[in-house]
Amino acid sequence: MTSQTFRLRSGGYVDRSRPVTFHFGGKTYQGFEGDTLASALLANGVRLFGRSFKYHRPRGLIGAGVEEANALVQLGSGGRSTPNVRATEIALYDGLQAQPVNCWPSLGFDVGGVNNLVSRFLAAGFYYKTFMWPNWHLYEGFIRKAAGIGKAPTEDDPDRYETRFAHCDIAVVGSGPAGLAAARAAARSGARVMLIEQDSVVGGSLRTDEAQIDAMSGTLWAEHIGREFAASPDMQILTKTAAVGYFDHNSLVLLETIGNEALCAADPAVARYRLWQVRAQQVILATGAIERPIVFSGNDRPNIMLAGAVRHYIARHAVLPGRKAVIFTNNDDAYRTAVALSDAGARVVALVDVRSHIAPDLAQQMASRDIPVHAGSAIIDTKGGKAVRAARIRTIDDRSFWIDCDLVAMSGGYSPAVHLFCQAGGKLGFDEEHACFVPGGRAQQARSAGAAAGRFTISEAVSGGHEAMVDALAELGFACDRPVPACAEERQIMPLAPVWHVAGGKSKAFVDFQNDVSVDDIALSARENFVSVEHLKRYTTLGMAADQGKTSNVNALAIMASLTGQSIESTGTTRYRFPFTSMPIGSFAGRARGALFRAMRHSPAHDRHVELGAHFEDYGGWQRPSCYPRSGETLEAAERREARTVRQAAGMFDGSPLGKIEVVGPDAGRFLDLIYANTMSTLKVGMVRYGLMLNELGVIIDDGVATRLAEDRFLICTSSGGATRIAAWLEEWLQCEWLDLDVIVAPVTTAWGVITLTGPKARAILTDVGTNINLSADAFPHMSYKEGKVAGIDVRVLRVSYTGELSYEINVPASLMALLWDRIAGAGVVHGLTAVGVEGWMLLRTEKGYLHIGGDTDGTTTPLDVGWSHVLKKKSDFVGRRSLLQVENQRSDRLGFVGLEAVEADVVLPISAHIIAERPGGIESDGYITSAGFSPTLNRGVALGMIRGGDRRMGEIVSIRTPAGIRKAKIVNPAAYDPEGERLRA
Amino acid sequence: MQGYSGWKVFKEGLRRQMGWRQAWRDPVPQESYDVVIVGGGGHGLATAYYLAKNYGIRNVAVLEKGWIGGGNTGRNTTVVRSNYYYPASAALYDHSVKLYEGLATELNYNVMFSQRGMITLAHSRHDLEAATRWVGAMQLNGVDSEMISREEIARRVPALDMSPAARYPVWGGFMQKRAGTARHDAVAWGYARAADSLGVDIIQNCEVTGMVRDASGQVVAVDTSRGRIRAGKVAMTVAGHSTVLADMAGFRLPITSYALQAFVSEPLKPVIDTVILSLATGVYISQSDKGGLVVGGSLDLYPSYAQRGNLPTMRNVLGAVAEQYPSLGRVRFLRQWAGIVDICPDSSPIIGQSPVPGLYLNCGWGTGGFKAIPVGGTLLAHHLATDEPHELARSFSLERFTTGALIDEAAASGIAH
Amino acid sequence: MLLIHCPWCGPRDEIEFQCGGQSHITRPGPPEEVSDERWAQYLFERINPRGLHRERWLHAYGCRRWFNVARDTATHAILEIYPMNHASAQAVEQEGQG
Repeated sequence: MTSQTFRLRSGGYVDRSRPVTFHFGGKTYQGFEGDTLASALLANGVRLFGRSFKYHRPRGLIGAGVEEANALVQLGSGGRSTPNVRATEIALYDGLQAQPVNCWPSLGFDVGGVNNLVSRFLAAGFYYKTFMWPNWHLYEGFIRKAAGIGKAPTEDDPDRYETRFAHCDIAVVGSGPAGLAAARAAARSGARVMLIEQDSVVGGSLRTDEAQIDAMSGTLWAEHIGREFAASPDMQILTKTAAVGYFDHNSLVLLETIGNEALCAADPAVARYRLWQVRAQQVILATGAIERPIVFSGNDRPNIMLAGAVRHYIARHAVLPGRKAVIFTNNDDAYRTAVALSDAGARVVALVDVRSHIAPDLAQQMASRDIPVHAGSAIIDTKGGKAVRAARIRTIDDRSFWIDCDLVAMSGGYSPAVHLFCQAGGKLGFDEEHACFVPGGRAQQARSAGAAAGRFTISEAVSGGHEAMVDALAELGFACDRPVPACAEERQIMPLAPVWHVAGGKSKAFVDFQNDVSVDDIALSARENFVSVEHLKRYTTLGMAADQGKTSNVNALAIMASLTGQSIESTGTTRYRFPFTSMPIGSFAGRARGALFRAMRHSPAHDRHVELGAHFEDYGGWQRPSCYPRSGETLEAAERREARTVRQAAGMFDGSPLGKIEVVGPDAGRFLDLIYANTMSTLKVGMVRYGLMLNELGVIIDDGVATRLAEDRFLICTSSGGATRIAAWLEEWLQCEWLDLDVIVAPVTTAWGVITLTGPKARAILTDVGTNINLSADAFPHMSYKEGKVAGIDVRVLRVSYTGELSYEINVPASLMALLWDRIAGAGVVHGLTAVGVEGWMLLRTEKGYLHIGGDTDGTTTPLDVGWSHVLKKKSDFVGRRSLLQVENQRSDRLGFVGLEAVEADVVLPISAHIIAERPGGIESDGYITSAGFSPTLNRGVALGMIRGGDRRMGEIVSIRTPAGIRKAKIVNPAAYDPEGERLRA
Repeated sequence: MQGYSGWKVFKEGLRRQMGWRQAWRDPVPQESYDVVIVGGGGHGLATAYYLAKNYGIRNVAVLEKGWIGGGNTGRNTTVVRSNYYYPASAALYDHSVKLYEGLATELNYNVMFSQRGMITLAHSRHDLEAATRWVGAMQLNGVDSEMISREEIARRVPALDMSPAARYPVWGGFMQKRAGTARHDAVAWGYARAADSLGVDIIQNCEVTGMVRDASGQVVAVDTSRGRIRAGKVAMTVAGHSTVLADMAGFRLPITSYALQAFVSEPLKPVIDTVILSLATGVYISQSDKGGLVVGGSLDLYPSYAQRGNLPTMRNVLGAVAEQYPSLGRVRFLRQWAGIVDICPDSSPIIGQSPVPGLYLNCGWGTGGFKAIPVGGTLLAHHLATDEPHELARSFSLERFTTGALIDEAAASGIAH
Repeated sequence: MLLIHCPWCGPRDEIEFQCGGQSHITRPGPPEEVSDERWAQYLFERINPRGLHRERWLHAYGCRRWFNVARDTATHAILEIYPMNHASAQAVEQEGQG
């Protein structure tokens, strides 16, 4: 266990009383609570964190937060292993395990490093120019294995993810000086405000760089506002919450980090992440700015870091990233890093500034710390394998010399974090003075403030945040009750000198560290005319890595601009996309997993089926019994037994998922005539009629029976898959097309359970159950309806049949269905009654040749295809009628509905087999079998299908293509069993 | 055209890449061309290439309002397949797959067509029955499609939840082995370079703002942000913007534009080796050669030109991935984007003559245009060169909406495009 | 996420609604008097503008009522919401005044 030789004795926000033991790359280390994995490793002197994607170059930390490009690790193990996590964003906890990625066998000795030796041959886009012969497959396997960084876990993700919706008046994103000033301005205004901060504490840059606001230190000021917020019921602070997306109409998507691997493993109730969807009326984007690296030769060696990140490690974590530092900058800000390093006990051996004129106060400050300043100079190269050890400085008079160092802190300026602004639809402008893209005006209801708006001083941030909030409050009718915070006077900042690329030097000058894209690649891109930023990006893969170009985009397009002679502004940026930082796929599912994922629907008598040992399947989103196998029975045997029993005795079937809709009003009949392909208005009260519904293309979308309950009242039934769909369909026509019809549509599907009692013994069983309905064939004929009591319960009974036997479809109030089920089952025992599942039911109707919409028909089948040409005789218009008159729908060679009988008696034709015909062009499909099975009653196979020419081909022998070879079949009447329907009318 | 090869890559590696030349020129637009193709995506560039290559018609310009390949070609999920139900569709898309098989050689550009296969999952008895019918039809159409068992699927896709207790248990499925993925940008760039080398002018940053018609109503020129350009014939290959252009020429199309979202994860070592589509959720997933998991699903169901899409669809799609591939829940999703897909009522393309003389259409590909780039270009080039539809295009004319002869793949097969 | 103001229920999130496509499409009839072209036009032709689009929306998971929305298809900004049997919000106003 190495000790923390680079930990400062005091300072920082780490808790030295709570040491933490963790493991990285097979070694064990110690850190403190409050560390990130990155800061703790840095404290232990670790400099090598990973290997770059393409060239496997040794890499170290470049940043301290979300902008980190190099230090990706595989966190955790087994089912809790997470690939590609930024070490700078992992809050350290005891027992943490992490591994470096993209290296083998180890970080220190990586075989992939050979890529670095041949890197000259692996320029951007090289793979488009080769790997073609003999074909790509020869090379692909190797490329795929070499690509990718982390490993996906192989066990199921055990973590819990939550979701929350929230509304607020004003959302403030970011709690640096601008965000806090904005939040502060809203306190006591009455507005509901959410302050969203991705760090674990509020303050932002105030935690790293000193400031004086309202006569106190920046950190105290931040904590003071934080406490005021926490105490107010109208204010909500979310920390450890990244605002990752800005969508339409001011909706923000946030990702809150809750538990870590250890906490979640210990208690499954602890969520790992929470996805928020926040709707705000106004938004203030105080998202800060991201520092830019400088592009110079050898700028990617481990421990060459962003200057602001160096300060962050010193101030937040009390970690010294190096003892002998060189600063390389084009701006004043990096001088603060020199001061911080020097005050922490490091030696700053050189401060290299590209500007030839240094601000006098800075020059003085450096002199007083014995820090040599080289104005008008640049670093043009570096040395070092597993860590930087020297930098080559070229001075203003063109001399160059090497200087030993163990840390280089670079700053090329700052780019405002405009991601959310752009996601919201905002347009950017280019600020020449600060050499960065800034938000141009507003986007939706968002205002930008502080560094996010290109305003880099504390006083600008504070006043900008305050004013933005005052404006936002005013738009909503609230008022701010306090003045702008008072900031201590700040020094006059000298403008930066944009330097997009420092030429000279032998090593590669990197622009995108993660994808190993160098200046040479950009030059190549320009040379080959991939000059638009999007082409540049896609050709070189710049900006496409896990960091999505946070530290590389602006440098890249500026370099391209200089190569093409265009302005940076006209070169533009690539598109900023959701999410700002990557997020686990599981966070989108939230709690909608397992039983809560696309919930299944159940009949009110579901428990009865379970008790009967039903085998369940998913039928259109309903979990229904396919059959009720007895012990030792195969599913198929159960299906046949149930079907046979129905014809010999009786069966009871749960038809609750069938759609039931009441259509009520003086125009009910007229309306149904428009909706159905056949006429319903002539239906007499108490009678039932089967109907087909079409869409405007003339295609059958549903079928079912309609019952006239009264002059102005119909009960229509839909298929079980159509319950919701058809009710919506009816409403749509009434509300959008025929507004003058006086009709109400009331879906009642879930109000009623349905038990269908069917078979020759059905009447006897129903009588035994007890009913006041006259069940005689004359009083209660087929296709009619009665209301009455069964087993003392008020029910609706339709005499309709899908099995071809005497059938009573009993509609019972859902809450009483289980009770009625028991009564019927009890009364049926002596008669041999069996429960029938969906498959047995389907076998019965197939024997009868009854249509199954969506099974025998598809999205192209019209009524003319299934023998319903009489619908065209209907005088009045109906939905789909005009399409039936079209030429295509009148053709005689369309697929038509028929029955098929295998020529060989022992053959059961399989469902979905094609009917084939030999044509000049080859063998073609002439149709297919849509329903089929073995009929236990007829003791042979039965089949229905669609064949070109339909029932014009009655009697013809055709060929069926089955897995067992070609089988012959005769085209027959679909009704194989009781074609005259005598059993129906019993 | 400067040839590409492994030898050249090696040579240029020694020369610091200095010898590479422009992949395409930046010509100044001429005053007139024999053919002007509006839309510099895959279909437009392929059309220009085949006009020059197959018919020797080189006085052609491709006008692209932004940068070539910047529309749907650069935004799709890169799937190439031909497992379609109707004979006309199967013939069309399979011709495209065959062209993809030889495309890298033809264009001398590595489009990375990886025939790693595509599996469509069946999650119920009904799914399986339907799949059997579709596979039968595909086989009769001459397309390589076969049913595959649960066991085979489990072997090929270890990350898939095969448990019978899953909400959508896997009953089996079917597979097209010749299907796979290709690098979308490379297809556009490959065609552009080849077309350019044959003399086609590719003109970027050139937005068509109007169509100019003569007294007889024929389109004779286009007005653009870079001036008026006369044309013997004009072709539109602008996908989701088809009705915008049609409006300029004074006619309507049966097209509505929607956002189709796509997602990519952080790069991973190989974990998914094939393309998998679930019939239950409509979600499909594959892994790019760079290692990111590429995911697609359904449309945001309201018309949009915004190229973004919203969270509800995202949650449906990624939520389905988390549920059906439970070990991938921790994988981090990196970026989301969307194209503008031109959806036709029967989800089949429109290729051929428009109602306006001199103006030709290639649109309506909806969510399935990428796989058809080679065949779309071939067919449109044929029509432009001969004024007759190519044999494969006959069923896909605009007239079918009037006669009712729709080729409704979704109605017959339910496979998302 | 779109925020849609249902005329009956107030502002609700996109997930509660379904879009019914272009609005103000007249259903031609009677069938015998409608040409194939006119019928195809009704079934299939759509304006599909890049810009202001008048479309139908349904509050499917709320009051289940249809209404009209004028929305920009490029920016998704919602400009008008008005009842099903009116041509525009302006028409509603005019009717109110008349």
